Amino acid sequence: MIRSIPSLQKSGNPLASTARQREILEGESAFPRFEEKLGESSLTPLRTTGIEVLQINVGKLCNQTCKHCHVDAGPDRKEIMTQETAEACIRALARTESIRIVDITGGAPELHPVFRYLVTEARRLGRHVLDRCNLTVLNLRAQGDLVAFLAANEVEVIASLPYFQARQTDAQRGAGVFESSIEGLRKLNSAGYGSGNGRRLCLVYNPGGAFLPPQQSSVENDFRRELRKRHGIEIDALFTITNMPISRFLDFLLESGNYETYMCHLIEKYNPCAAEGAMCRSMVSVGWDGTLYDCDFNQMLDLPVDERVGRHIADVDLAEHVGRRIATGRHCFGCTAGSGSSCGGEVA
Amino acid sequence: MAETYYDPADLPRFAEMAEGSPELWKKFMEYYGAVFEDGALSEREKALIALAVAAAVQCPYCIDAYTRASLEKGSNLEQMTEAIHVSNAIRGGASLVHGVQMKNIVDKLSM
Repeated sequence: MIRSIPSLQKSGNPLASTARQREILEGESAFPRFEEKLGESSLTPLRTTGIEVLQINVGKLCNQTCKHCHVDAGPDRKEIMTQETAEACIRALARTESIRIVDITGGAPELHPVFRYLVTEARRLGRHVLDRCNLTVLNLRAQGDLVAFLAANEVEVIASLPYFQARQTDAQRGAGVFESSIEGLRKLNSAGYGSGNGRRLCLVYNPGGAFLPPQQSSVENDFRRELRKRHGIEIDALFTITNMPISRFLDFLLESGNYETYMCHLIEKYNPCAAEGAMCRSMVSVGWDGTLYDCDFNQMLDLPVDERVGRHIADVDLAEHVGRRIATGRHCFGCTAGSGSSCGGEVA
Repeated sequence: MAETYYDPADLPRFAEMAEGSPELWKKFMEYYGAVFEDGALSEREKALIALAVAAAVQCPYCIDAYTRASLEKGSNLEQMTEAIHVSNAIRGGASLVHGVQMKNIVDKLSM
């Protein structure tokens, strides 16, 4: 059984307020502003180059409360996308041929009522669908047919697994998560995922603390070898993602006294190539209520898209979002450190 | 001024050692950077060796830096603990093997 801790919101933590988080991140400090570093590499103002990915955050409901979560998702959250908003997402998708990928995230997206509607409609429109899956959701009694549904729709499963051992995984994601994740991976393998055919299974590694991720290829080799040897599990790929100084991970950084050092490391390793290839330059992020953002991180800091373009998914013309000016802040150093970080792993 | 000899805030100030001799600092850092690149040994293996040596020479700056570096190269607590044990085994072993010299002298002095 998975044991979860309360969200920041439920426990009345001041960091549940996005205004408080922005005060901490953008307050007066010795750290340079992100825009200054962009300016050094002539990338300011940062703009989109095209809209290829529609990332839809269907809500904050989750059966886990991972310590690094930038969403503050959990079983106590009530923010859930309505059918009307989901239909607006599909209409916008149908109007925008450039979007080839629909990336569904949350919370645990599968727990939200609109999830299966979005998958089937996006597939009907011929788009590739990604499901950001926590793996344990596959074992819930009410989700008994979920793996078959994902397989039938050839949904690419992007599943978080911070390590191939229980200690590190459970420390970050909750007691019992590792064992349940392995069971979920076995179900996916049995349904044809991870064998190099059309059903792609990609794992996401994120560091178990206040340090940067290793080189993606070396972690991928470790995971392939150990998951195969220890559990007979096969994967197609692994991405590394840097922990962002937002929400619960920001709380961890502050509580553990790691905030200053972590930000220093992110800033020291600023890589202009990573900034140039940042995921926000080719995507638009939709919130559970239909508000538009440059990325999921801006969404969780309540930083909507530039006011000069449409800010709600209903009746938006996403062509206006090409060349859209992107809202940035010091949290962006998370995506531009070292080899960079994105929802698709390293970018540089 | 810190109340102890060691202050973690001093580690990021390492580059200030350039002040007394910029040329020597530059040569040292070029060599240092080259040593830790991927070669016949991987960056991770080198970070673990550095951690073991740091434990042996008891440099708190290096222990700090190479614990972080080992994690950032994909190592874990189990590997790093074994590296510390390697350091420990060699340090202990170095004492123990000098016991052979002790035995030589016992033999010389004894009837």
